Amino acid sequence: MTYTASEELRRDIERFKDELNSKFTGEDGKKYLVLCGGTGCMAGGTPDLREAAQGLIDKEQMQESIEVRQVGCFGMCSEGPFVRVYPDDVLYRLVRPEDIRDIFYEHLMGGEVVERLVYEDPKTGERHTRMQDIPFYRKQRRVALHGCGVIDPNKIEEALGYGGYQGLMNALEMDPQEVIDTILASGLRGRGGGGFPTGRKWQFAHDQQSDEKYVVCNGDEGDPGAFMDRSMLEDNPLSVVEGMAIAGYAIGAREGYFYIRAEYPIAVARVNAIIRQAEELGLLGDDILGTGFSFHAHVRLGAGAFVCGEETALLNSIMGKRGMPRPRPPFPAVSGLWGKPTIVNNVETLATVPYILREGLESFVCHGTERSTGTKVFCLGGKVNNVGLVEIPMGVTLRELIYDIGGGIQHDKEFKAIQTGGPSGGCLTAEDLDTPIDFDNMVEKGSMMGSGGAIVMDEDNCMVDVAKFYMGFICDESCGKCSPCRIGTKRMMEILDRITAGRGTHRDFDELEAIGEACKTNSLCALGQTAANPILSTIAHFRDEYLAHIDEHSCPAGICRDLIEYRIIADKCRMCSACARVCPVFAIDGQAGKTVFTIDTEKCIKCGSCLSACRFDAIVKE
Amino acid sequence: MAKLSGAAVAKVEEICDAHQGEKTPLIMILSDIQRTFGYVPLEVQEVVSQRTGISVAEIYGVVTFYSFFSLTPKGKHVIGCCLGTACYVKDAQKVIDRFCEDLGIQPGETTEDRMFTIDALRCIGACAAAPAVTIDGKVYARVDVQQVPGIIAEYRGEEVVA
Repeated sequence: MTYTASEELRRDIERFKDELNSKFTGEDGKKYLVLCGGTGCMAGGTPDLREAAQGLIDKEQMQESIEVRQVGCFGMCSEGPFVRVYPDDVLYRLVRPEDIRDIFYEHLMGGEVVERLVYEDPKTGERHTRMQDIPFYRKQRRVALHGCGVIDPNKIEEALGYGGYQGLMNALEMDPQEVIDTILASGLRGRGGGGFPTGRKWQFAHDQQSDEKYVVCNGDEGDPGAFMDRSMLEDNPLSVVEGMAIAGYAIGAREGYFYIRAEYPIAVARVNAIIRQAEELGLLGDDILGTGFSFHAHVRLGAGAFVCGEETALLNSIMGKRGMPRPRPPFPAVSGLWGKPTIVNNVETLATVPYILREGLESFVCHGTERSTGTKVFCLGGKVNNVGLVEIPMGVTLRELIYDIGGGIQHDKEFKAIQTGGPSGGCLTAEDLDTPIDFDNMVEKGSMMGSGGAIVMDEDNCMVDVAKFYMGFICDESCGKCSPCRIGTKRMMEILDRITAGRGTHRDFDELEAIGEACKTNSLCALGQTAANPILSTIAHFRDEYLAHIDEHSCPAGICRDLIEYRIIADKCRMCSACARVCPVFAIDGQAGKTVFTIDTEKCIKCGSCLSACRFDAIVKE
Repeated sequence: MAKLSGAAVAKVEEICDAHQGEKTPLIMILSDIQRTFGYVPLEVQEVVSQRTGISVAEIYGVVTFYSFFSLTPKGKHVIGCCLGTACYVKDAQKVIDRFCEDLGIQPGETTEDRMFTIDALRCIGACAAAPAVTIDGKVYARVDVQQVPGIIAEYRGEEVVA
């Protein structure tokens, strides 16, 4: 069937809405077992849970009354895999295949909640059966993640029944300039990290006279530790397609390109599938809904180059070339794909657009701060209890993010820093915990919003090592086109190598700052311009740690290999030989039950295997 | 390197033709070849060049720019160790070091028996599973250094059975 007018689609949407709703309310007389299909839960066993559940349904011949549904990421990855039961709206966490039996017989058949699988707040001991009551979810607001974890991303009817295409239909009733004015008024800023006002970008492209224009969705999510774009593309691909089509209508483009990392095969498949379904329904293609607006969407794969997140490099890559950046101006809005006016928007930006046009300006600007409206999706990771995908209104403080949503630091260790903005960003420390998160505050405090990676570090992380990690990444990913970045990043890496090997000097601080400054002012693109940020920010906040490496040749966190040694305390050794058995390089000598064991420090590769194998605390790292 | 078989040439040409009519399809052609053959050697690049009219120099430039393309064949099992930030702060470096140590190769290399390739990956988005390792697409969550020999044996063992 092909829709040729908005009225037809709106009529069917009412039906889709009812159908979807009945899966939550139980009006269709069925019970639903909803499984999380996010990466974390999939790796943690969702496929096994599905099989176990289906097996029981078949065995008990309950196909008519119980159904298994798989949706997108629930977000709280550290508590996965999840099973959510409707219509009772009970969330089970850390579910293993053998638990499915209890959920099936006790809950679905017997009507009793399986208490032991219900989330328990580690702080208060309170049990929460409903997802929305769990502290992790309480402060979150879903705008860009609308539909993620609710709908089946493979079924366009579910997306349409959950608000899909309402934004585009509203936009198509407006003049393109009105659409741009709405986005301008919303204050929406680019969610890829830069924070450039989206409406202004659209206005530039709109004002260009050209027979061809393009919209590009930047899904080359390269920031290590960030996976929100992937979640949106996988969990509600239609919302991103819709955002792209709205952008196309606003600027006068008929073609759009998704540029998605090849490392995200599921995202690629889902976007392709939803485009196909939309085309079949006449929701993409020529003369959409009889409005005269035509829009075609295509998918191009990134092939593993971080620099392609930079817009001019990305455009070169879509055009089949090496993904190297070029000087701007001309900006892509003037001359982009094949020399035509092009806008490049991040996935999250495009996923936010339909919400604004569907729910209205007011319901968007009511979130956030004056200069950073709306919400932001973060991937909270590292040494925090609740690792996962979160969407918070701008203006929430780091403390709320880390302690209320994140549940605090693992094993009650001390919070040291939170890294945002990935290899272009910096660290924020305990001093900044009460800073409201928005674009300008983050920059002022020496980091940046970035695309949304937020990695929490504790006392066991060495900040010099973290800086080295990012510099190693940048060195690998520098495209080599301009010399400040190509050579500067290498030199900075060498200096960090020296410092972490205990061969640094005080002059290294000046050198790093000078080279960092040279990269910042002279590099062609943001990759080089921001390359020194992780170093400069860690020097600013953790100079003592650098000094410990330089002056005392020691790594306070015990991470930098050249500065640590493993030793067996003879008095504590019980001669059990556990350490010797796990040592991969046979560096530990001794006879079980007869002699105390010793480590040959010449042979030792400092892997730490012995330390974790010893049950008597006889091995120390110093 | 061995000369390409007729069947291989035909397959490469078929891939090139499948993308005919699209604007600037080079990277898509190369992606399909990488997926089909596991690598994109020079001989294949020549066939692509003849079929598409794009110079070998340009194709070679693209192949060597992107980490997704490989000039040499990969092992039967590709061990991808995630070194994204979330994994790194949870000791992923020790895990990849142990794989390297036990297999006697460096990241990006393949064992002589063509059984294993180790790849250092930049974030696979499984941050809750940190440190994460993927082998032939299967994700191993929260990998401890001690598990490494067992994981390798698992794949070697499979070979014995087969």
